[in-house]
Order: sequence, then structure tokens, then C-alpha cells
Amino acid sequence: MKNNLRIAILFTLITTVLFGFIYPLAVTGLAQLVFPSQANGSLIVNEGRIVGSSLIGQPFSSPGYFHTRPSNAGTGYDAAQSSGSNLAPTNHLLLERVKGDAEKMRAENPSAPIPVDLVTASGSGLDPEISPAAAEFQVARVARERRMPEADLRGLVQKHTLGRQFGFLGEPRVRVLELNLDLDAVHPPH
Amino acid sequence: MTANGWFQIFLYLVVIFVVTKPMGIFMTRVFNREKTFLDPALRPIEKFLYRLTGIDQKREMRWTEYTIAVLLFSGVSMTLLYLIERTQKWLPLNPQKLPNVEPGLAWGTAASFTTNTNWQSYVPETTMSYLTQMVGLAYHNFVSAAVGIVLAIVVIRGIARRETEELGNFWVDTTRCLLWILLPVCLVGSLVLVSQGIIQNFKPYTTVELLEPQTVQVTGADGKTSTQQVAQQVIAQGPVASQVAIKEFGTNGGGFFNANSAHPFENPTPLANFIELVLIFAIPSGLTYTLGRMTGSQRHGWAVWGAMAFLFLAGVTATYWAEARGNPLLTGTNQHASASQAGGNMEGKEVRFGIASSALFAVVTTDASCGAVNSMHDSYTPLGGMVPLINIMLGEVVFGGVGAGLYGIFVFVVLAVFIAGLMVGRTPEYLGKKIESYDVKMAMLAVLILTFTILGFSALAVIKPFGTAGISNSGPHGLSQILYAYVSSTGNNGSAFAGINANTLWYNSSTGIAQLLGRFFMIIPIMAIAGNLAKKKTVPESAGTFPVTGPLFATLLVSTIVIVGALTFFPALSLGPILEHLLMAAGKVF
Repeated sequence: MKNNLRIAILFTLITTVLFGFIYPLAVTGLAQLVFPSQANGSLIVNEGRIVGSSLIGQPFSSPGYFHTRPSNAGTGYDAAQSSGSNLAPTNHLLLERVKGDAEKMRAENPSAPIPVDLVTASGSGLDPEISPAAAEFQVARVARERRMPEADLRGLVQKHTLGRQFGFLGEPRVRVLELNLDLDAVHPPH
Repeated sequence: MTANGWFQIFLYLVVIFVVTKPMGIFMTRVFNREKTFLDPALRPIEKFLYRLTGIDQKREMRWTEYTIAVLLFSGVSMTLLYLIERTQKWLPLNPQKLPNVEPGLAWGTAASFTTNTNWQSYVPETTMSYLTQMVGLAYHNFVSAAVGIVLAIVVIRGIARRETEELGNFWVDTTRCLLWILLPVCLVGSLVLVSQGIIQNFKPYTTVELLEPQTVQVTGADGKTSTQQVAQQVIAQGPVASQVAIKEFGTNGGGFFNANSAHPFENPTPLANFIELVLIFAIPSGLTYTLGRMTGSQRHGWAVWGAMAFLFLAGVTATYWAEARGNPLLTGTNQHASASQAGGNMEGKEVRFGIASSALFAVVTTDASCGAVNSMHDSYTPLGGMVPLINIMLGEVVFGGVGAGLYGIFVFVVLAVFIAGLMVGRTPEYLGKKIESYDVKMAMLAVLILTFTILGFSALAVIKPFGTAGISNSGPHGLSQILYAYVSSTGNNGSAFAGINANTLWYNSSTGIAQLLGRFFMIIPIMAIAGNLAKKKTVPESAGTFPVTGPLFATLLVSTIVIVGALTFFPALSLGPILEHLLMAAGKVF
């Protein structure tokens, strides 16, 4: 018992050095060497300034931008407070939120049915992406606001659409921040 | 449901099947102290560690000493974690200047990580410093996993050895598990995950200007709403990949961030997601092969694997179906799956994972005692969310936690051969060992302690205001939230119906106690059986021996698991998710 206690204390200290310090520091060193961009957050640099991360969504509300999904991270897309809504499917707060958002969207895009990901909050509250259906849903509005042909806009959306990885993993998706940055660059709002 | 979704699920099962044998053989060699290709690199570290700590590598332990060593190590390392949390303000690697963790939360978190639960009632990115995450929490991801694995090995040795009290040396087994199994895979795995976009740095959080500054409504503490300008986004950073690799591979599940593997920095791409899923099942699945190999009955190992694979497929089918159907109450939205959207119940799910990868993750993480999540289980449809709950209730024996899954299913194997023995009217035997009343009593003790802990705490929480105060979704879902909290804690899972407000004195202390009971009062009876089995003589197989191989045994095993689980938990489930499902179908809103 006494011997095992002594070993337990020494073993804890030594393995803490090995697995608590040396292992993560080794991974950090290798990661910074081999994949520096990814290891530091896939940050997007625009004219020498960090404008965001291609993996972290940002909130958008004006009609000239493609919108991301509702977010429960802080006041919305707070990347230091990731969170989902954790609302149950039968919670009235969820249903009222969806109804309110849906009404707003129908006013802007009267005919089409609303793709579900556009009115549901993601698990992280930081989802950088929307489905291609949700992007297509917004094309008419953005094109109208930016006074650009819908076909051109679809081309731009296509450019920022990622298919399934290797053709079968995950789901197709559109990176919204990069799309909007590109939109500002090629066709600034009037 | 889509063909592509099913393809991903079956591909996953195939990959798990393929890694089972190599993992199983490798683990057998590591614990039998046979030669492996990693010896030149690791033997010197191993010997150095033994010399520094004074471990006598030739000495073997009885089950009692082995168990005491487990408890001492857990106690000491838990204390160290508590101290780190309580002093992080004064320690290095805290660029966000986070304060010390307050005592109740620090205690609950220490219990949670020591027991391989990783239940988190805090937002990590605003609570834990890089040092606490790396040296305190990620460290426990390694050692609590190793403890689970070596205990499974002891159970296997108990079955395989005869007329001995010696079951191995805890320190030697743990050292070899850490160095040979966990470390190499995590080193390689974390780099692969970084390549996909998981971050790994020690930088302060990055502040960026939003492309479009927002005006938001905020409700203050006084209940008044005010408008606020948000022009910046603060992006959390940290040494994430090194922790994510072991969080999955050791079936720990504790997120570096609050959103866990739903956070794009913890799970950025579908490939990262798939790798994380494979890491979760790799060891538990491999251990079934180790079981067969060490006991000399490979067919028994595969029978156990088959029973697990069946229960896995049943769970994933149910969840995928329920989530793909969507939420009938969200009228006016298009929830149909098509080429341009995943559809279904997308609340709490990420677009890159859609329904199939989210449902698969929810099932895998609760089959195993992992508890990492890539979508929010609280927002699942009632039946979709019931499957994770049931998976944990069944004891996380569908592949299960690292080691914990194997020693968990061992309890059911003992009960299954006991039942079979009763049916044929003979003393039950298991791989040449007679299963006697002591063994069955201990197995039942393990089952009853878990049941008592889950139902006892849940019952107390639903009748007392300090319990119901935590509920965030009213109606039957509130009961599900409380039930999930204690099922997850006792089962050492760590996932949650996360809307529950668990950072209170009651929940921090009660879930902490449930975690300790679920871990150690499972371990002690199981170690007692292992010690008892090792002492026994081997009896030769005869015509009257009930075979523990083949589909008949697998069916009996599945039935035992399902019947024990159903009898215990059906009443609670019927008042929670089942009732919620019926009311949702009737259009009732809470």
C-alpha cells in the first residue's frame, strides 16, 4: 500500500511531464512546421489584415450579403463562446424563432420553400457554411441588391461550393464568409 | 435517408471491422510483453520510467492489490488536476488571464476527467487556461483511458489463466498502454487532424473586424433588452488537436471548446469527422480480438464483436431514420433531403455533417463511453435522442469505452452463460471456467449499482426544486434532460442534453458522485470476478457445455443486454422521450 502510494505520486508526476507537456509541445512544434496555416486557425488575410477564419462563420443581416445560419454562440457567432441552442424539438421558443425567421425570409423571397438549415441554429453556433439549397434560395435577393445578373452570382456561389469530400463524405456546402468577401471584391454594393 | 448516407455508415463499419484484427494482435503483444516494432524507440523510455518510480517490472499483483493501485493512482492524479484548476491564474500558458476555477466546478471536473467521463458543466474557452486543458484535462484523457484498458486486460487474464492469483502489474500494464498504444496513434492522429484544420497553437485569442458589423438585441441580467453594436469577433485558439486525438481514441469525449466536435476547430471537415469516429471504436473493437486471442477462442471474440455490431446497426438505423424525418412542427420549411441539401432535423447540426454523419456520431459516441458530440443531442427528435440515451443505459457495451466496454460486456456474458446454464440445467461454464454463485452475485452487483445510481439521483432531482431548476426544455423533455445527466454521468459517457443548467452546487456534486460510483463500483466487482476466475481450474469442454461462439451465443448475449436494459429503464423512457414523441406527433408544444 505504502509502496504503491509512493509509486502513484511519482508516476503521476512523471507521466504528467510526458503526456501533459512533452506530447502536446511536440505536436505543436510539428503542426506549426508542417501545417502552419491550419494550426493557426485557417485565417483569411485580405490586404495584409486578418478578416476572419475560413472555418468560423460570421453573422450577416443586410440583403446584399449571403446570410449564415441562426447562431446561439454568445450574441451570435461569438467564436469565444461556441454553443448550440439546445432547444428541444417541442420547445415553443424554437418554433417561434423559426416562424419569425421564416416570415422575414418569405417577404424577401416569396415563392421558394425555405431550406431548413437556413432557419435552424448549428451545433457550434459558428457554422461557416450553408447548404447549396440555402445559397440558391438567396441568389435572387443578393443579385437584386447588387444589381448583378443571377447567372454571374451563381458562378460565384459555385466557386465557393465544396462537394462531398472524396465524393462521398459529409454533405455539399457553401462557405459564406469567403463568398461574401469575394462578392465585395468583384461586385461592391452600390 | 439517402443512399450516400447509408454508404458512409456501412463504410464506417467496414473500416472498424478491418482495424479490429491488427489492433487486437498489437494490443495482445503489448500486454504479453512480446516484441513490437516500436520497441527500439519506447523500451528506453519505459525502463527509465521504471527506474525513476521504483516500479518492479517482474512483480505481479493479486486482484486486490491491482485494484488498490488503480484507486491510489486515480486519487493522486485527481488531486493534482484539482490543484491545477484552482491555481491556474498564477500558472503559465494563460493568455486570456482566466481566473481560478471555483471549488465546486473544479471538484466536479476533476471527478469527471479522472473517471473518463468528461462531463463538462462549463464553457471551456472562457473557463480553462491552456495549461489546465493540456496538463490537467488532456493528461487525464490519457491516463483514465489507460486505466480502463488495463482493467479489461486483467479480466481477460482472469479468464485465460488458471490456478493463480497473479493478474499482472498495474504500473507496468499502464506504462505499456500509454507508451505503445495511446501515444503513437495520438501523435500521428493529431497531425492528420491538423491537416484538416484543427488548430494547435498557444496564441492569445484572435480578434477580427466583422465584415458586416451587427446590431443585436441583448437581454441584461435585469431582464431589460437593449441594443448593442457588435463589430468584432474574438476567435478562441489553443492546443486543440493534441487533445482531440486522445479525446476520441481514449473514448474520453471532453471538448476543448463548449461545442465539442461540432466546433469547426475541433472537427473541421467530413474526413476529420470520419477519422474521429474511427478513433473512438478502434480500441474497443480491437479488444474483442484481444479477448479471443488471449483466451484461445478467437470465435468467441468474433461472437462478441457480432453482437456489438448488431446493436450498433440497430441504433444507427433508428437515429438516422428519426433525424432524417425531421421535425413535423417546423411547418413552412423544406426538410426533404435532395442533391443540394441534407434536410431533416438540422437544429443543432452542422451543414458539413448533415444528418447521416451527425446521427452516426451520436450513436458511436454513446455506444462507446466517449461523449464527444458533433451535434447537439438535446435538439434531436424525441426518438432520435432516445437512442443515445438507451445506448448508455445498456451499459455502453456496444464496443463501449476503451476497456470499459469489454469489462462491461463481460458482466453480460457472465449473466448470459448463467441464464443458458439454468436453461439446460447444468453449472454454467465460460471458456473452461465454472461460473458460480460468487461470480453471478458480483455481476449482478455491478448492474444494480449502476441502476440504483441512475434512477436514484434522477428521482431525487425530479422531485426537488434544486433538480428541476436545471431544466431548460419543459414537458417530457425535461425529464429526459435529467435522466440523460445521470445516465451519462454514471455511465462515464459525458455527453449531455446540454441545455440543462448543470453548473450548480447540486448538479456538480451529484453528477460527480454518480461518476465516481459508476466508475469504481463497476471496477471493484468486476475485478473480484477476474480474481476469482483466475484461481479456478479449467474444466474440459463436454457435450453439455453451452458454446460461447456462433450466432446462437451472440443472440443470447444481445437478448440478455436488451432485456436487462429494457426491464430497468422502460418506465423512465416511456415518460420521457416516448411520451414526447407521441405528443409531438399530436402537435403539442411546450
